Amino acid sequence: MSDFTSNFWPLFISAITLLGIFGCALLLWITAKVKVVSTSGDNTSGHVWDGNLREMNNPLPRWWVWLFVITIVFSLFYLVAYPGLGSYKGKLGWTEVNQYEKEVATANKALEPMYAKFTAMKVEDLAKNPDAKAIGERLFMNNCSQCHGSDARGSKGFPNLTDHDWIHGGSPEQINETITNGRIGMMPPMAAMVGSADDVKNVANYVLSLSGSMHDSGRAGLGKAKFAACAACHGPEGKGNQEIGAPNLTDNIWLHGAGEAAIIKRINEGKVNQMPTWKDKFTPAQIHVLTAYVWGLSNESGK
Amino acid sequence: MQSLNTQSSTYNDTVVRQFSIMAVVWGVVGMLVGVIIAAQLVWPELNLGLPWTSFGRLRPLHTNAVIFAFGGCTLFATSYYVVQRTCQVRLFGGKLAAFTFWGWQLVILAAAVSLPLGYTQGKEYAELEWPIDILIAVVWVAYAIVFFGTIGRRKVKHIYVANWFFGAFILAVALLHIVNSAASPASFMKSYSAYAGVQDAMVQWWYGHNAVGFFLTAGFLGIMYYFVPKQAERPVYSYSLSIVHFWALIFTYMWAGPHHLHYTALPDWTQSLGMIFSLILLAPSWGGMINGMMTMSGAWHKLRTDPILRFMIVSLSFYGMSTFEGPMMAIKTVNSLSHYTDWTIGHVHSGALGWVGLVSMGSIYFMVPKLFGQKQMHSMKAIELHFWLATIGIVLYISSLWISGVMEGLMWRAINADGTLTYTFVESVKAKHPYYIIRLLGGTLYLSGMLIMLWNVLKTASNGKSAFTTIPTVAAHA
Ligand code: HEM
Ligand code: HEM
Repeated sequence: MSDFTSNFWPLFISAITLLGIFGCALLLWITAKVKVVSTSGDNTSGHVWDGNLREMNNPLPRWWVWLFVITIVFSLFYLVAYPGLGSYKGKLGWTEVNQYEKEVATANKALEPMYAKFTAMKVEDLAKNPDAKAIGERLFMNNCSQCHGSDARGSKGFPNLTDHDWIHGGSPEQINETITNGRIGMMPPMAAMVGSADDVKNVANYVLSLSGSMHDSGRAGLGKAKFAACAACHGPEGKGNQEIGAPNLTDNIWLHGAGEAAIIKRINEGKVNQMPTWKDKFTPAQIHVLTAYVWGLSNESGK
Repeated sequence: MQSLNTQSSTYNDTVVRQFSIMAVVWGVVGMLVGVIIAAQLVWPELNLGLPWTSFGRLRPLHTNAVIFAFGGCTLFATSYYVVQRTCQVRLFGGKLAAFTFWGWQLVILAAAVSLPLGYTQGKEYAELEWPIDILIAVVWVAYAIVFFGTIGRRKVKHIYVANWFFGAFILAVALLHIVNSAASPASFMKSYSAYAGVQDAMVQWWYGHNAVGFFLTAGFLGIMYYFVPKQAERPVYSYSLSIVHFWALIFTYMWAGPHHLHYTALPDWTQSLGMIFSLILLAPSWGGMINGMMTMSGAWHKLRTDPILRFMIVSLSFYGMSTFEGPMMAIKTVNSLSHYTDWTIGHVHSGALGWVGLVSMGSIYFMVPKLFGQKQMHSMKAIELHFWLATIGIVLYISSLWISGVMEGLMWRAINADGTLTYTFVESVKAKHPYYIIRLLGGTLYLSGMLIMLWNVLKTASNGKSAFTTIPTVAAHA
């Protein structure tokens, strides 16, 4: 999109900019030229305020005038070289965007041979390569640790990446997909499907029983039949489904909180949770290295 | 009660006294909050886990308290003092002047309550919500009427240079405040800005930079132009210099705002204009410093014995320093290192503690004994002590933040041979810890100087009593 809504504005901007700069120069020139004569004979202007406040007629200090002139001249050169006067692009053709693009392109080019070597390796082998691991770790620390923690163990709402509990799958391909395109986890509110508040409580206890967590076995028995509504995604045994990102309910790992109350809340409210996409920030080669780092966190062979 | 007769033959110093005392009180409060947030940056537990005492709410409380309460009261006090004496008339609009005092205190109280409660427009230095903004606008218009009303009935033909600066400051702040605070109210204490996206950002920093340029600079140059020659008992160095640097300063400042938005969504051409006009601003800024410093020629020896004059001259040195630093930081290449770092905070406080703080203190020390019919402040020794506490405090504050700012900027941009960042963000935070402790120490010294000042001012006031200064008859040649 253009910065200007019509051809008038770039001209207007250029005109008042140049008038402003030359105005400063003119002001300086005129004041430096005008010889101030002291009528009172004591080199003051002759005005007195509040008893003893007076002003002397000293000329502008020369070095100061030069300082002023130098900044003005510099500015004019700058406006020739760089964008500044309306839609004029500047002799150097510089923009902040092309400066960024150039720097990124140069860096990517320099890094290409190194990454080519890594891309040729399988994730399982890359996870053992100390250089690749070091790069993966630094990428992780600067980009992923904000959510997943600097030890990658996650926290409430942000999955632990060091265990074997994978919502969307822990194979190298699946991890790569998760990083590249991100994931949106979505569980709809289920209360209406399950039944009354009492039914919800029963189902919650049944869910707790799946992982052998503390639960009321009477209620769990009653909830078992109602779990059919949940089984569509979480599977008949509650073991989850990585294809659609439905978590395993039998492993006693609770991303959004453990215990009856937290589970009732999930059934009633559902949950939408998001992992952002990284394909705009990283090259496929970088994602490959990052995949190997993350895969290695939970696979002994990568340690 | 004074009779009507003495009213018209004396200056209205009641309002000056009120603003002077409150400037010192708010100075203590604002700097105390500054010390608290500086401590929170060292020990985050001091946020206390409460929303009202969290850094994010106390920080705007600090900036508003020091700039608008401490700085604002100082500007009201000095401008009212100066305009009467250099026009040789009583202040225009007695009741209206009193209204500016009570109205301004109400604004400050509203800020002190609403900011910790979390009400904010989210614009730096313009956080206060729309009902308070309206009150500010009303008080400011009253201020303009009082000030220009006094100028209008002056008994002296020429308008003294200090009044040019006060006048420019009052007009510009009215314009800045009204344009930047334009918003549509959604409910009591909630509103949405009239501008969107990058335009909103540009309006905000046009305001933000000129808050520095007019509130913290032009106004305080007005103070400098009266109190430095008065205290040094020497004429102002150069009338020509006053003219060039005044017009160039107020013109150029208006353009410099984009340097707060380098390397953002702001168009390249706008950023360039912000940069070049910031560079052009160097000489006009230094014009003020030179005019103040050279006023001392023939009176340098007074610095040895006069701590009040020392406050003013050291203040001018910090003014020169921060207005050199500012244009350098406005250069895109330098800004790409300094932006978002503690360097900016150091720059702010070399201007704020060094220039604004010290010249305020000097002028209040000058006025208070005269306002309360005393020969001099209760304790000159205490002024001396205050001077050294403040100066050492500033040096610790700004040098520690220079180091931590440059260090953090370099850490952020350090890149390994493999193209990854050398340091994580949190490593740069950790590295700053020792410098934050030094800054806290510097701030504490500065605050303790301010506490000594409060004691000294209250002592002087209670030793004396409100003085009524008769307006001298105008000398024929003025
Ligand atoms: C005892 C003295 C003071 C201390 C300890 C102090 C401390 C602080 C601290 C810790 C911050 C936050 C920095 C950050 O976010 O990293 C801050 C910000 C600020 N302070 Fe102070 N301060 C003091 C005095 C003053 C005075 C006298 C003024 C103005 C006249 C002032 C103006 C500001 C401004 C404008 C900011 C915001 C800077 C920015 O956003 O870039 N401070 N101060
Ligand atoms: C010629 C004069 C000056 C110029 C050109 C100038 C320039 C700058 C620049 C380039 C920044 C950094 C912007 C960024 O990277 O975000 C800045 C920040 C700042 N300066 Fe100055 N400066 C000048 C004088 C002063 C003075 C005398 C004071 C104080 C009395 C002051 C107060 C501030 C404040 C408060 C900020 C922080 C704004 C914020 O981010 O909250 N400046 N200035």
